[in-house]
Amino acid sequence: MALKFPIFMDSQSTTPCDPRVVDAMLPYFTEKFGHPASRNHPYGWEAEAAVDRARGQVAQLIGARDPKEVVFTSGGTESINLALKGVAEMYREKGNHIVTTVIEQRAGLDVAKRLERQGFEVTYVPVQPDGMVDVDAIRNAITPKTVLISVMYANNEIGTIQDVAAIGALAKEKGVIFHTDATQAAGKMPIDVEKAGIDLLSCTAHLMYGPKGVGALYVRRKGPRVRIAPMMDGGGHERGMRSGTLPVPLVVGFGRAAEICREVMPEESRRLAALRDQLQDGILSRVDEAFLNGHPERRLPHNLNISFSYVEGESVLMGLNKEAAMSSGSACTSATLEPSYVIAAIGASTELAHSSIRFSLHRFTTDEEVEYVGRRTVEVIGRLRDMSPLYELAKEGVDIKSIHWKAE
Amino acid sequence: MAYSDKVIEHYNNPRNVGSFTKDTPGVGTGLVGAPECGDVMKLQIKVNLDTGVIEDAKFKTFGCGSAIASSSLATEWLKGKTVDQAAEIKNTDIVNELKLPPVKIHCSVLAEDAIKAALSDYKAKWGESAGAGQAAATATTSS
Repeated sequence: MALKFPIFMDSQSTTPCDPRVVDAMLPYFTEKFGHPASRNHPYGWEAEAAVDRARGQVAQLIGARDPKEVVFTSGGTESINLALKGVAEMYREKGNHIVTTVIEQRAGLDVAKRLERQGFEVTYVPVQPDGMVDVDAIRNAITPKTVLISVMYANNEIGTIQDVAAIGALAKEKGVIFHTDATQAAGKMPIDVEKAGIDLLSCTAHLMYGPKGVGALYVRRKGPRVRIAPMMDGGGHERGMRSGTLPVPLVVGFGRAAEICREVMPEESRRLAALRDQLQDGILSRVDEAFLNGHPERRLPHNLNISFSYVEGESVLMGLNKEAAMSSGSACTSATLEPSYVIAAIGASTELAHSSIRFSLHRFTTDEEVEYVGRRTVEVIGRLRDMSPLYELAKEGVDIKSIHWKAE
Repeated sequence: MAYSDKVIEHYNNPRNVGSFTKDTPGVGTGLVGAPECGDVMKLQIKVNLDTGVIEDAKFKTFGCGSAIASSSLATEWLKGKTVDQAAEIKNTDIVNELKLPPVKIHCSVLAEDAIKAALSDYKAKWGESAGAGQAAATATTSS
């Protein structure tokens, strides 16, 4: 099959909708348009039944025993906000301390910072060079005032999968609520909130081949019953935790997406891991001074993050713009002028943080695409190194760290 | 972020990539920026010691597409200018030519710094051996 450009390898930013998901959604825009909270007529009953089915599909994906534990939101960011702020407000009398990590996604970190401004104390646990959080570091951070532990399931940049079950067990032992941001992990790997001792879990549809604009927060009902203060006041939908008319077509799409992910997961994760390994080997075997970021084994099957010494990430992506879409931890890809805090947190030099490229594969990635992107990446790196003063210095045997750089 | 056509053009076809041997007569080298900031530019000029005219210029840049384009453009502009004329190239000229957005202005600043560093290295190394008029100008600027 002929390649279609640009090849999409940025599925950890978003995924295309699976056509089966779109098919499931369409009737709910037009003929089945009822409000799921309309209790007195068939339009409402039909919509409610569709929402309940989706709730069950999402619950199954994450191992929730009771579909009522799934609260629909507008997406991952809202779920994370609701979990952290909701627990903070509800349990304020009990304590004002939260334990989280330095590599949470921006929503997690930004909510934590806001809570700090409101008088909460937050401990940001560091990570090891492979991106793993040391469970003992979390244990040591817990105080009698700790009300919440929030640790992401798998990282959005480097794909490292945390030992969530160990953290869940620790949380149970200490009687602290445990939230995990599973926006990247859900639909990609088996998750069981019961076995892992997860009390709150955030996920989103658009990273699992569902539509943008819908997500969910799992809220445990038993052992312990977790309570959160709502952020949205209104009709008391979603058991009072998230008022607002549910976007039924999106919810239906989310449910269908979750169902498909669960069905195809064993085969899909094997296939993507094999393609990812092929891409990784193809690049690392042909490029010197290129380094894998994240844990070599404990990582999402579709994630590959590599730092290329002596070239800057944005310039690599620019060289591939017309052919392939990836993302970079380079400061130049954002407006902040700060390179990736995740790559910096795993102990890479700042220079390498500017040089990281994330390839993320997906359901529709083909063998030919992987082969093409791997080959072109190697070529672009070669071209950019030919014009890199740092590569030239390194080849002359100059230690770049020995130069006194005048940082601006 | 979308790039301007000129940035893309310079990125795809960078002018004057390469290096001169540093101690070649008439060569001035500027190395500015820092790896941890994500931008390093090496810019070199080769001045005709009789006329004071820049006959050739080369660059190597570690940085984003806009940084590469800024330094490529700088080398293009340097060629044929006298050392004094070269000192008048301003970062704003580069911003205007390449239509750099606000977040990329630092790339043009770095290119101007690289030009200045190359010129001052040239003057320090070769100012004395340059032609009479050139030598006088150097004496004035370095006093």
